[in-house]
Amino acid sequence: MSRQQGLQLWSAQTAAILRLELRRILWSRRAIPAWLLAASPVVLFGGHSLAAELGWSQCRGREDLLIWAATFQTYYLRLAIFFGCVGLFMNLFRGEMVEKTLHYYLLAPLRREVLAAGKYLAGLLAALALFAAGTAASYLIVREHVASLNNWDLAAAPPLKYLAGYLGVTTLAVIGYGALFMLFGLVCRNPMFPAVLVLIWESVNLFLPPLLKRLSVVYYLDALCPIEIPGRGGRLFAMTADPPSAPVAVVGLLALSAALVTASALRLKRIEIRYGTD
Amino acid sequence: MIATGDRIVFKGVSKFYGETLGVNRVDLAIPPGITTLVGPNGSGKTTLMNLMSGLVRPTRGEIRVLGRSPDDPERLFPLLGYCTQFDSFPGGLNGYQFLYFFLRLHGRSRAEADRLTWQALERVGMTEAAERRVAAYSKGMRQRIKLAQAIAHEPQVLVLDEPLNGLDPMARAEVIALFRTLAAGGRHLIISSHILHEVDRLADQVVLLSGGYVVAEGRIQQVRAELDQEHPLQILVRCSRAEVLAARLFEQDHAVAVRMHQDRAGLLVTTRDPDRFYDLLSRLAVDGAVEVESVAPADEDVHSVYRYLIGTDGGAA
Repeated sequence: MSRQQGLQLWSAQTAAILRLELRRILWSRRAIPAWLLAASPVVLFGGHSLAAELGWSQCRGREDLLIWAATFQTYYLRLAIFFGCVGLFMNLFRGEMVEKTLHYYLLAPLRREVLAAGKYLAGLLAALALFAAGTAASYLIVREHVASLNNWDLAAAPPLKYLAGYLGVTTLAVIGYGALFMLFGLVCRNPMFPAVLVLIWESVNLFLPPLLKRLSVVYYLDALCPIEIPGRGGRLFAMTADPPSAPVAVVGLLALSAALVTASALRLKRIEIRYGTD
Repeated sequence: MIATGDRIVFKGVSKFYGETLGVNRVDLAIPPGITTLVGPNGSGKTTLMNLMSGLVRPTRGEIRVLGRSPDDPERLFPLLGYCTQFDSFPGGLNGYQFLYFFLRLHGRSRAEADRLTWQALERVGMTEAAERRVAAYSKGMRQRIKLAQAIAHEPQVLVLDEPLNGLDPMARAEVIALFRTLAAGGRHLIISSHILHEVDRLADQVVLLSGGYVVAEGRIQQVRAELDQEHPLQILVRCSRAEVLAARLFEQDHAVAVRMHQDRAGLLVTTRDPDRFYDLLSRLAVDGAVEVESVAPADEDVHSVYRYLIGTDGGAA
């Protein structure tokens, strides 16, 4: 009877986890809010573009890119991706405890580190599929819209390199928030409470002293957004801090995420199946 | 380090859920064959099963399953299958997928996972329902698919928590036959059940639990024999000339009570020394004094033993 071992076994197990989880994460009723949040900027900018086409608005297109960038930073990043990750990642383990199905994995010869990594990877792929698509589609709609207002002169349209930057920011946001909320789902019986605290922390980031700003995911993500939004740094009572360089922001976020996923794996190693009492 | 061999070993194991006792000071060395865990709800049966499969960890003590620690799933689960009482399944899967993905998690190749999946489905009589969603299964079908999950990877140790629950009599008979086949291959089968007459038919040995403590363990006849002085054994005899046997028994000091059946063709004998009683009966039969139709212990079953030991019905929920 052949049975894989070592790295080969872990890869096969991760592939099996991905197939099981992607189906569960993306095609369950729980995923509906994430789908709606991901699609919201597409609906917003698609509607705006359509209204302009139909002559219902006086849009000239000059400000559209800035509006899109501001929407991305203030709404999509801080609320849509944030809450999308809350829904998708907190339920990776908490959802299975509520549905009493986690033992399916825990009765297999599966290292709990592999389970944590596999589930996190599945969450990442699902969240990226939704939010990267939302980012790309809404940006391309704006780009097409501006190009059409300029008689399809694509040289006048927002460049695609910005899109690559925003996709990078979306990816890092999903990596960072995903790692954080997966851990909350393992540690807290009601993970919404710490999620709300994180939301408040991220929201008041602008007003925090420079040192505390660095303890926020959005501080690093803001610094990586390709388009600077005028006026954001000059708000009343806002505390200024030097934005981190791109490499520091990327490496810092990846390191923080790795530490959080490791903490999840350690927590999972100690977890016991006592549905209803855990 | 504890000696392990080919046994499932609990050494000084206690498990507390906060301040609630799960099991306390359990010392067991379970040999191959069918072992049933008997006790009412809350006696610690499921806790013992969860402990040996690593779903919960002992507060104190040490456990080894054929030498392997329940803390090491990668080494434990290739040789252990667990049919839990949890009646919930990953969403959206049909019976085939439920088993196939589980075998993929075991590191089986696609072809082997497919082969083992069909083999397990066939063994529990579920091939026709393989393409149906597990969520749409009846209670009995869910029980059978869980059993298939436990046996699919052909483990050496099977832990089965109330595996006969929800099965109709025909399916029960089939599943019991399957257990016997599996045990005959030298496997360990640890079964909890509250259906005591089925436990009697199944078990090579029993572990009697009450309030989180192991109150007795071993072969049921062996456990019963230890109770002979306090609770003399009752033996049912159907024979001709029962009054002759009764008269001879009154001369014996080991006979505590003798009750004649209403049809005068049998006796219920209560004795402190079953061996001497069987000797006497054999002599009478050989001499032609009585013609024996049947002899059977009347209270050598798990139910009686549990009642004598605990003072309650072991099967009571």
